[in-house]
Amino acid sequence: MTGQLAAAGPVIPDFSQHSSSCAVHNHLFCADWVKANWGPVLWPALRQHVVLTAIAIAIGFAIAMALALFAHRHSWAVQPTLLVTTFLYTIPSLALFELLVAPVGANIYAAEIALVSYTLLILFRNILTGLASVPQEVLDAAEGMGMSRRQALIRVELPLALPSIIAGLRIAVVTIIALATIVYTIYNRGLGVPIHNALGEGPFKTELIVAGGMAILLALLADAALVGLQRVLTPWSRAREAS
Amino acid sequence: MSEFREAFEFIFRNGEVPGYPGLPSLAHLTLETLKVGAIGVAIAIVLAAPLGIWLGHIHRGSFFTINIGNVGRALPSLAVLAIGDAFFGLGLGVVEVALVILAFAPIVTNCYLGIVEVDPELVDAARGMGMGEWEILRRVELPLAVPLIFAGIRTASLFVISTATIASLAGFSGTLGDVIANETSYHFSGVLGAAICVAALALAVEGVLALVQRALTPRGVKLERAARKMDLAESLAV
Repeated sequence: MTGQLAAAGPVIPDFSQHSSSCAVHNHLFCADWVKANWGPVLWPALRQHVVLTAIAIAIGFAIAMALALFAHRHSWAVQPTLLVTTFLYTIPSLALFELLVAPVGANIYAAEIALVSYTLLILFRNILTGLASVPQEVLDAAEGMGMSRRQALIRVELPLALPSIIAGLRIAVVTIIALATIVYTIYNRGLGVPIHNALGEGPFKTELIVAGGMAILLALLADAALVGLQRVLTPWSRAREAS
Repeated sequence: MSEFREAFEFIFRNGEVPGYPGLPSLAHLTLETLKVGAIGVAIAIVLAAPLGIWLGHIHRGSFFTINIGNVGRALPSLAVLAIGDAFFGLGLGVVEVALVILAFAPIVTNCYLGIVEVDPELVDAARGMGMGEWEILRRVELPLAVPLIFAGIRTASLFVISTATIASLAGFSGTLGDVIANETSYHFSGVLGAAICVAALALAVEGVLALVQRALTPRGVKLERAARKMDLAESLAV
C-alpha cells in the first residue's frame, strides 16, 4: 500500500542514478538518462507490465469463454452475467484496487483480480455476440453433415466467431495495459512505478515522457499484433473482401 | 471485517480524521470530483458528438472513427496526465484536457456507429416522404441512435470519473483521489472509505444516465431491442 504521494524525500530515486547535467537541470528529454536507466529501471518495469497484462488476459479470457459458452446454450444466463460484469466494469480502477486490498492484501492477487474483472464484460459480450451471429443455415448445414453439437461448436461456430472474439481481445488488451499503470498503488510493479517515481518533486520530465510513452506504445503495438493475428487466423474473411 | 467497518465510520464522519483538523469533507470532495468530471464530459460531448453524428449521417470515415476509439482506449490516463504534467505542469486545465482526450473517443465512435447502423431503408422511406437531410437526422436517425449514443456517453463518464481520481496520483488536488493518494494522513480506513465513495459515485452516475437514456429512447426501439437482446454494434462499442 504505497498509496501516498511521491513527495516523501527530497531525492527522486531514479533521477539520482547516473545523473548527467541534462537530467540535473531537468530538461524536457534526456536521451543519456534513458540509455543509462533502460537496464536498471525501464526494461524491468516494461517486462512486469507485460506479465501483469498477460496473466490478466489469460485468466479473463478463460473465465469469459466459459461464461459465454454456458450462456450461449442457456440464454437465461445472459442478463445476470451482463449485470454482474457491467457492475465490475463500472467501479473505477483506483477504487477497486483499494477495495481489494482489505480482503486480499496489497499483493499480486489483488492486482490480478481487479485487472481480470475489467476484462470480463468486454470478452463475454464479444464472444457471445460472435457465437450468436453465426447464421442458422450454417448450423443446419453442419448438423446435416452429421456433426455433433460439440463438433459444430469447435469446427464451425468458434471459427466464425473469431473476428468478434479478437475484436474483444483487442479492446481488453489495450484496456488492461492502460489500467496496469495504476497497479503500482497497491503492488510495486509495472510502468506505473517509473511514472510514480518521476512525479512528485520536480517532476522529472524525461522519465514521465518515456515511461508514459512506453505504456501508450505497448498498447498500440499489442493492438496491431492482434489485428495481424486476426488476419492470419481468418483467411476466409480476406478472401471474401477480395471477391 | 474491521477495515470496512472503520471505512464506513470514516464515511459517516464525512471524512474527518481525529488529530487532523481542516481536511476537506468527503461530501465536498465528492461534489468536486463530479464537477471536474462533468466539465470534461460536457466539453467532449460538444466536440465529439456533432463530428460522430455528421460522419455517421454521410456514411464516411468508418476507419477514422473506429480506430480513434481503439487509440483512445490505448491511452493510459496516468500516462496522459504524466506527459501533460511534464510539458505544462498539472493544473485544472491540463486535467480537463486529459479528460476530454479520454472521453472523446468513446463518444465519437458510438455516435458514428449509432447513426450509421440505422436501417438505410428507413432513411430512404423518410426521404421518400419528403423529409430534408436535417429532418431525417433529427426525426429518424437520432432517435434510433439514442441507445448507442448514450452507451458512448456512459463509457466516457466512467473513464472521466476514474481519471479524475487518478489525477490525484499525479499531484492534482481537489477530488476524492486526494484521500486515496494520501494514506499518511487518512490511514487505510480513509483510503478504503474514499474508494467506496468513488465506486458509489460511478454507479450512481451510471444509474442516472441509464434512466435518462430510458426516458429518451423511443418506445419502438425499446421493444425491438428487448426482442433482439444482443447487438453486434454494441459489442464493438464499449
